[in-house]
Amino acid sequence: YTVWNFVPKNLFEQFRRVANFYFLIIFLVQLMIDTPTSPITSGLPLFFVITVTAIKQGYEDWLRHNSDNEVNGAPVYVVRSGGLVKTRSKNIRVGDIVRIAKDEIFPADLVLLSSDRLDGSCHVTTASLDGETNLKTHVSVPETAVLQTVANLDSLIAVIECQQPEADLYRFMGRMIITQQMEEIVRPLGPESLLLRGARLKNTKEIFGVAVYTGMETKMALNYKSKSQKRSAVEKSMNTFLIIYLIILISEAIISTILKYTWQAEEKWDEPWYNQKTEHQRNSSKILRFISDFLAFLVLYNFIIPISLYVTVEMQKFLGSFFIGWDLDLYHEESDQKAQVNTSDLNEELGQVEYVFTDKTGTLTENEMQFRECSINGLKYQEINGKLVPEGPSPDSAEGNDPYLGSLSHLSSSAHLTATSLRTSPESETELIKEHDLFFKAVSLCHTVQISNVQTDGIGDGPWQPNLAPTQLEYYASSPDEKALVEAAARAGIIFIGISEETMEVKVLGRVERYKLLHILEFDSDRRRMSVIVQAPSGEKLLFAKGAESSILPKCIGGEIAKTRIHVDEFALVKTSLCLYERSRVRQLHRDKTIVLTTNFVPFIFRLQDKVRETIEALRMAGIKVWVLTGDKHETAVSVSLSCGHFHRTMNILELINQKSDSGCAEQLRQLARRITEDHVIQHGLVVDGTSLSLALREHEKLFMEVCRNCSAVLCCRMAPLQKAKVIRLIKISPEKPITLAVGDGANDVSMIQEAHVGIGIMGKEGRQAARNSDYAVARFKFLSKLLFVHGHFYYIRIATLVQYFFYKNVCFITPQFLYQFYCLFSQQTLYDSVYLTLYNICFTSLPVLIYSLLEQHIDPHVLQSKPTLYRDISKNRLLSMKAFLYWTVLGFSHAFIFFFGSYFLIGKDTSLLGNGQMFGNWTFGTLVFTVMVITVTVKMALETHFWTWINHLVTWGSIIFYFIFSLFYGGILWPFLGSQNMYSVFIQLLSSGSAWFAILLMVVSCLFVDVVKKVFDRQLHPTSTQKAQLAEAPSGVKCLDSICCFPGETPCASVGRVLDRVIGRCSPNHISRLWSASDPFYTNDRSILTLSPMDSSTC
Amino acid sequence: MTWSASARGAQQPDNTAFTQQRLPAWQPLLSAGITLPLFFCAGLAFIGLGLGLFYSSNGIQELEYDYTGNPGTGNCSVCAAKGQDRAPPPSCQCSWSFTLPELFPGPVYLYYELSNFYQNNRRYGVSRDDAQLSGLASALRHPANECAPYQFSSDGLPIAPCGAIANSLFNDSFSLWHQRQPADPFVEVPLDRTAIAWWTDYHVKFRNPPLVNGSLALAFKGTAPPPNWHRPVYELSPDPNNTGFINQDFVVWMRTAALPTFRKLYARIRQGNYSAGLPRGTYRVNITYNYPVRAFGGHKLIILSNISWMGGKNPFLGIAYLVVGSLCILMGFVMLVVYIRYQDQDDDDNDDE
Repeated sequence: YTVWNFVPKNLFEQFRRVANFYFLIIFLVQLMIDTPTSPITSGLPLFFVITVTAIKQGYEDWLRHNSDNEVNGAPVYVVRSGGLVKTRSKNIRVGDIVRIAKDEIFPADLVLLSSDRLDGSCHVTTASLDGETNLKTHVSVPETAVLQTVANLDSLIAVIECQQPEADLYRFMGRMIITQQMEEIVRPLGPESLLLRGARLKNTKEIFGVAVYTGMETKMALNYKSKSQKRSAVEKSMNTFLIIYLIILISEAIISTILKYTWQAEEKWDEPWYNQKTEHQRNSSKILRFISDFLAFLVLYNFIIPISLYVTVEMQKFLGSFFIGWDLDLYHEESDQKAQVNTSDLNEELGQVEYVFTDKTGTLTENEMQFRECSINGLKYQEINGKLVPEGPSPDSAEGNDPYLGSLSHLSSSAHLTATSLRTSPESETELIKEHDLFFKAVSLCHTVQISNVQTDGIGDGPWQPNLAPTQLEYYASSPDEKALVEAAARAGIIFIGISEETMEVKVLGRVERYKLLHILEFDSDRRRMSVIVQAPSGEKLLFAKGAESSILPKCIGGEIAKTRIHVDEFALVKTSLCLYERSRVRQLHRDKTIVLTTNFVPFIFRLQDKVRETIEALRMAGIKVWVLTGDKHETAVSVSLSCGHFHRTMNILELINQKSDSGCAEQLRQLARRITEDHVIQHGLVVDGTSLSLALREHEKLFMEVCRNCSAVLCCRMAPLQKAKVIRLIKISPEKPITLAVGDGANDVSMIQEAHVGIGIMGKEGRQAARNSDYAVARFKFLSKLLFVHGHFYYIRIATLVQYFFYKNVCFITPQFLYQFYCLFSQQTLYDSVYLTLYNICFTSLPVLIYSLLEQHIDPHVLQSKPTLYRDISKNRLLSMKAFLYWTVLGFSHAFIFFFGSYFLIGKDTSLLGNGQMFGNWTFGTLVFTVMVITVTVKMALETHFWTWINHLVTWGSIIFYFIFSLFYGGILWPFLGSQNMYSVFIQLLSSGSAWFAILLMVVSCLFVDVVKKVFDRQLHPTSTQKAQLAEAPSGVKCLDSICCFPGETPCASVGRVLDRVIGRCSPNHISRLWSASDPFYTNDRSILTLSPMDSSTC
Repeated sequence: MTWSASARGAQQPDNTAFTQQRLPAWQPLLSAGITLPLFFCAGLAFIGLGLGLFYSSNGIQELEYDYTGNPGTGNCSVCAAKGQDRAPPPSCQCSWSFTLPELFPGPVYLYYELSNFYQNNRRYGVSRDDAQLSGLASALRHPANECAPYQFSSDGLPIAPCGAIANSLFNDSFSLWHQRQPADPFVEVPLDRTAIAWWTDYHVKFRNPPLVNGSLALAFKGTAPPPNWHRPVYELSPDPNNTGFINQDFVVWMRTAALPTFRKLYARIRQGNYSAGLPRGTYRVNITYNYPVRAFGGHKLIILSNISWMGGKNPFLGIAYLVVGSLCILMGFVMLVVYIRYQDQDDDDNDDE
């Protein structure tokens, strides 16, 4: 929309909301028929509500507008009119030829035309799309590869035909028809020619590509699920409550209409001599009168629906979300990132999470792995400062061999000779050195790593530079383990330089060795290991194998197998996994004879983000199930799950992987279900991969869900982005309808972040797509703990109480009006003045609950974070359950009865209530009820408040004071523009009556008496965990049993008058103020003892 | 300062008590140990107040007489029969005699009470024109539409004052006579009928239109009295300061009651020999019976009452305070028992730990 049509569009959007539309109807009814209340009483609040909401939504859209401009405004270079033209990303059209420089991100889906290389190839990393960090090679058709200049490209005449936009990242079919020298050449196009939007150009100086998909048609955009408006469970509860109250409203209107006509059946009630009708009234149609009366009652009672509920909720969410962004505990100093709230409508949903779905790479881990220890042929070594140092007792250490091993990297001929000449056992020394060399050579050769050279542009440019330093090499690998291994070997002096024409080149201590690559056996799920066969320069043929210990150890027939197995177990106690073995076969003396010379083992340490284990453990204690969804391989994923505490070693790990057929998958699922049933006492973890998941979800969803629901941890590996979203959707629609939360850091996580009820993006190294498309963004996974346990808990408590309170206070408001109809012949006489009707929800009772919903802390945040089990107290929307709603509604009705009948019995015989004998009227009666109601409702909110800041005091007592001042002002002047002067002098007369004051006090105390008793008994007899934690914080013992309000330094109060003041709300229910222990540094630093203002103290 | 300023990140949130949600705050807990004293103190306070209110109300005396005129109830039934429930009925005289064996302490207030009269009916309550009643000359001859069907007279003249409330003005009148000793003559007791309405009503809210040639009658020229009235509004009283719209009886009546049974103040008795109250003797109230109530099942009563600083006789407040106070004490004891038992259980739990 534009600035000009924002107003009508926003109005339309707001009136699509049921409550706003309802109030619009009421307003129109008031305009059309003779109603007991003025149209202003509905029109003014409706106008106020819509205006506030429009301003808020306009502001949010303006923010979104700025964010969109940032992306659409990125500069790009396009070939136009024979030259390169700088333009904005949003201006790219299909058919434009775009130039992309090295390390830039593609702004659209491009078909590669040419690069700075003659063969038209380039390297691309798609980490931000699919999480794969290895370099991918893309090639152009030969005819366009030679077009490396703008002038040449400008003269290109070609037509590209391709399929409609499709979400699959790896599928692309098309063809290019090139007209060259009066001849048409047709070339097929495939995925290898398509450069995806969001991918990054690597190892290539520049490329030219033609845009085939732009904007929302790009594969990246299609993989983002359309961002639908997320609504929280609390909002759904609100709508349920609204419907219930609508039913109550209609019932009351119908009852009143029927009773009205029952009464009017008698002449003496319908038309006594003192109250004659006009001719028009007598002659109007009976049916029309019935409908008119029904509508009039509807208007009379319509305030039972709280009009300001939505706007207050919106303000609460919008203003409250600032506290998340302001929280220093969610601020990451290294990256200078604070938490961001992109969707404030879901704040309280953070308090209802039952499932957490998390990505692995970059979310739980630092997206990097580190080499630390290894076992070489039965001996354990640790890397320190680039050197291998023996670990623990070793037969050789007694002989003092340390210096020579430590100086492995700098071994020189002279040193070697010196060592040889000095030692009595030169043979064993030499063998050790050889074993180390062989180990690192195996590491340098057995991998699929590719190289990016920061100094030179690409492989094949010029001759090798012999003195290349390791730090100038940039390795890219499909998994972090390979990268870590090759880097470790480089640090040890054996540097992998690259692959060239079937030859792997390794620099060993400054000397280049070339190994002919005979064959590569890629890693696959069947063998669970990879192998390479190379021919050494000496002509020797070597086979290296790498894989997990479970797939390598059974194959070993020589070497120090027993010791290595012991080392595997020792390393497993530390956070390690994955092994590397090497097996060499020397020149065969006899056919088929194999001799294993060495057995080596390397553990890995994934570098987790800090406190990931603690965070996941806390989530589990809170009753939240954690699922890890990752695109990584099975072994890598399992090892990370074990490292970060997602899986425990005490867990029974079930596997559903490598399923090939539907029936096989079903059979496996049944086996898993049986195992879970048999071993129900212990916890289970489930591992499932992407292909198996597809089969399971296709035909066996129920069985699969049954298995998953009984596992406390689930790991899904080899997952595609849309598969992650589908898993989340499956959990969402399961019978319990749990609230789900997804955490991820990359663009491949965007789908699941948007699918979950709450999406959290980690602001990591690989772009910001996840953070930008999520509902909340934080810099670290560990911040999830505070976000859920503190902010989620608080926001849920606040919003739930706000909603219940709104319905409560409007029941209090309208029920006396309904009861009054029994005493005024159902004539639709209003009990309250029109202005009071208008301002009750807007002014007199709105601020205390709004401030409560922003500042309430029913327990210390520190306790919430250290005791995650408290999160269970608010699970399953407990505070907004039908039972809680019923309690608040019954409370509202009972309070309304007390207001009305208390006032009724006070005035019932209509004796004078004034010292001068004068009498009250009907507006004084209504004002008495209204005054008691305003005070009771405000004090009720005070009863709910556990965290009294000066702001709470200001708005609570200030609301009551404002009501009194307003009423005196309103009733003290004859307002010219008012049609009637009903309220003139009424409030002053009311306050002049001693009986009225006593009645107000009595009714307020009577209303709140039952509520206080219930609260105290609930806390005493069956307290929730939160209430127990609250009590544990309170100081032991009661110091002032004889005093109701007791503050440090204050004398206990004994005066009856002061007791009365406290009871009616000047001091809320008493408690000894918290006395922080001086020895507790946390409290001393973070909190100070409250000292009430002198005004409050003087009331004691 | 320079070091810390430079070390702070650009995105770092402010470390203030408000932004970190660490404002100093009082955090009360509604636990039994804390609220027990509150319940006992409140209970005792309420019982004390209740006793005070109850005895204060008990000290007030009330004397009432129903002169509706239903058959077999005094001599006003003759007047009721004469009327035949026609409106307006012809004027009639009847009386109520009573004897006071001892002093009726003053000041004494005279009220009339009506029942089953719905002054709170919406159609009735909106039937008035506050602009006209405030003395606006422009509004005098243009009554508001809300006054219908009492807006214009049958011959088309605007009604002043208009509306159903004014039309149904209470028009019975009373006089009080006292006979000190048997065989003594009856002496009229002076009734103070000033200031029976709210001060702000008859000084601000209700005003007469500007006089024309010094005459109120000329000011109301061209208007008609309400159909139920026997005389025009400017002849409500011979006192020029108590006639027209500012007539006290009229103003009292125009403040509509909240409930169908209501009282209106008619007069105070506080002048001359009766400033201390009504002395012992025989009294007679002479009633001018005009107002029909039997048609809608209503009742008419005369009430003599004295007043405390709290108002009239009203036992409800005292009784309610006593009830609530007792409940507080009772609930306090129940909580005490539960609290003690819970403490024992809590100690057991601690021992287990």
